[in-house]
Amino acid sequence: MNACLKEKGVNFSFIFPALLIFSVFYIYPFIYTFILSFQRGDGIYISEFVGLANFKEVLFYDKDWWPSMFYGGFITFFALTFQNVVALLLALAVDKAIKTGKIYRVIFFVLCVLSEIIIGLLMRQILISNPGIFNQWLDKLGLGFFLHNWLDAKKILFQVGNVKITHALVTTALVHSWKGFGWAFVILLAGLQAIPEQLYESARIDGARSYQSFLNITLPLLTPVIVLVFILTILGTMQAFAMILALTRGAGGLTEVPVMRIYNHLRGSQVGLACAEGIVLGVILIAISFTMLRISKWVRSRWGVLPS
Amino acid sequence: MHLSKVVWCFIVIIALISGCAPRQDTDEKKIVIWHWMNDRKSAFEELAKRYTSQTNIPVKFKLFFPPDIYSQKVIAAARAGSLPEIFGILGEKKSLSSFIKAGHILDLTPVMKENANEWKDSFYPQTLQTTVFEKGNFYDVKPGIYGVPIDTTLMQFVYNRELFKRAGLDPDKPPQTFDEFITYAQTIKDKLGVDGFICGWGEGWLLNCLATEWAINIMDEQRFIQTLEGKIPYTDEKWIQVFSLFEKIKDSGILAADITTMINKEAEDAFSKGKAAFSFNGSWSVNVYKQLSPELDYAFFSLPKAANASFKIWGGAGSSFMVKAKSSNKDEAIKFLKWLTARKQQKFLIKNTNNLAAIKGCEQDLPPILSPLTDNLDRLTHPNIWPYNEDSRVIEVMNKGLQQTVMGVKTPQEVAQEVQQIKQRVGRR
Repeated sequence: MNACLKEKGVNFSFIFPALLIFSVFYIYPFIYTFILSFQRGDGIYISEFVGLANFKEVLFYDKDWWPSMFYGGFITFFALTFQNVVALLLALAVDKAIKTGKIYRVIFFVLCVLSEIIIGLLMRQILISNPGIFNQWLDKLGLGFFLHNWLDAKKILFQVGNVKITHALVTTALVHSWKGFGWAFVILLAGLQAIPEQLYESARIDGARSYQSFLNITLPLLTPVIVLVFILTILGTMQAFAMILALTRGAGGLTEVPVMRIYNHLRGSQVGLACAEGIVLGVILIAISFTMLRISKWVRSRWGVLPS
Repeated sequence: MHLSKVVWCFIVIIALISGCAPRQDTDEKKIVIWHWMNDRKSAFEELAKRYTSQTNIPVKFKLFFPPDIYSQKVIAAARAGSLPEIFGILGEKKSLSSFIKAGHILDLTPVMKENANEWKDSFYPQTLQTTVFEKGNFYDVKPGIYGVPIDTTLMQFVYNRELFKRAGLDPDKPPQTFDEFITYAQTIKDKLGVDGFICGWGEGWLLNCLATEWAINIMDEQRFIQTLEGKIPYTDEKWIQVFSLFEKIKDSGILAADITTMINKEAEDAFSKGKAAFSFNGSWSVNVYKQLSPELDYAFFSLPKAANASFKIWGGAGSSFMVKAKSSNKDEAIKFLKWLTARKQQKFLIKNTNNLAAIKGCEQDLPPILSPLTDNLDRLTHPNIWPYNEDSRVIEVMNKGLQQTVMGVKTPQEVAQEVQQIKQRVGRR
């Protein structure tokens, strides 16, 4: 009994530094965020306990919160579809030509290494209408008819109630996808390389065509990786902030995403409200992640990868 | 063996915990100052050297840039109890009031009033007023003077004289009225193909400054304050008139493209390169334009009036320093701030940073471009001197509404209604 306790004590002493750091930098701020979300104050002087008032404000009264969730959702939808499809196609191409794959891996991944702010500022210089570098290229290539104010927030493509989809939002979604596809590419490539080559050989012997191999071998076995990429894409994109701030500064609220709202409330000394928004966003993202996992399990069981 | 591992773990943990502990004030006479003023870094460092050579007291200016980072640093330090002897606070007066109520800032009233108000009276009244809390103030702060201004800032229109000449306009006669402003900007745009007006309207506060100046011009300051108090709604016809000015500017076609996603640095860069005829900027821009384009021929002018009535200029203390209430070196910190705001040091700052002084009597030393601005010092107004302050959520809705008006996405009436709705809801809370 004594020896067992001693052994546990020694084991605990090894994980204690990590536990301490995790508690100080993760658990304490997390709990403190909860406490602040029930208060009205600016982080310096807490004036009063307000119960659930901040959550009510976020969920029912703040006219900009749900549009910001929609704008974040729109950029996420773009990333889930356009970005991840491009990443998958490139991963498939590189997987087949693995000898030159290392170079492509570096080329495609390098964008992810760059700071979001730098990408935002660079893309702004390229895309602004006067004297935007992109427009100049188009002009020189004889594509003058395509000249455009790419960050134009007044050009509404379609509107649903209070929510307006503008050119600026679509451009933001494209830039975000362009910057982020490297992550998805690397993860999907690793997933593809983990699929045993013998399965493809057997399929070929049985006379399966490429698309049949893809549908019946690649896609089912890649499903866990695709789900992981989807979850990471949703979490990453819904929390996107710096690049959008540098690119459009929210464009009068028309490209404002949830984290930008949280940031604006922090700057406006509404710390309680900002914390409540952070918690609401966190809960929504956790719910989405769990739903994705359930869907993934269901899909895999349908394909026979997992027992149903 | 195990025992030695446990001892080592204990030492590491103690070291970690003590590393996280707040800095203890020592009796050492050293003054540390935190600031965010990137453009004044070298001037401050030179002044610190001079003070140290005169008094043998080490002075260290620590720059944290950009301002957002600085603000978060000060808030974190306040909570951790590790503020330096002297620091500045960015943001609204509400933030300053929170720091005071939390006991972080020293009331300087006794030292300001020494020798028959000698130090207090050396400042421009409107500049000092931004750090003063009167009896029965809106913020429920103990009355007092809580900061030392080191310069004065005001927001003005600025125009490119060279473009005026090239467009056949008299460079010594800037527009006096709103209609003249639009006409001049259109003329320059039509003749020279440059933008009529540029400003960092991606930063909502610049729109808010301008809206405030026009609101006071159209409805007078008293009625403006009554709106903040909740006695006059934002849906009042005078307010709609104010919001409509932004729609008129948009309709005139003088605005630079991307203006609502542009930061002020970008607008300053474009104006300094002659890409726009007019801009709306602070007096600090003299230093910025000098660095970006030393040959730029430009001048400031007062608000182009939208109504035939008096007007006010948004301005006051550009930057102020506060003394940490619990500092063991507060007497030395006060002595240093007195020295910093003495005429000799203020003149040094004018020469090296091209800002208006915080104290009276330095007008002769101002660069020619800044001299005319001193005529407007009695017109200064600022949220920090108003008896009521607008809630940040109301300001946010107004700024976004104006940005969308400039884009043509919202009408002035819609903006007025949205601002009034949030005003009523915030008032109820």
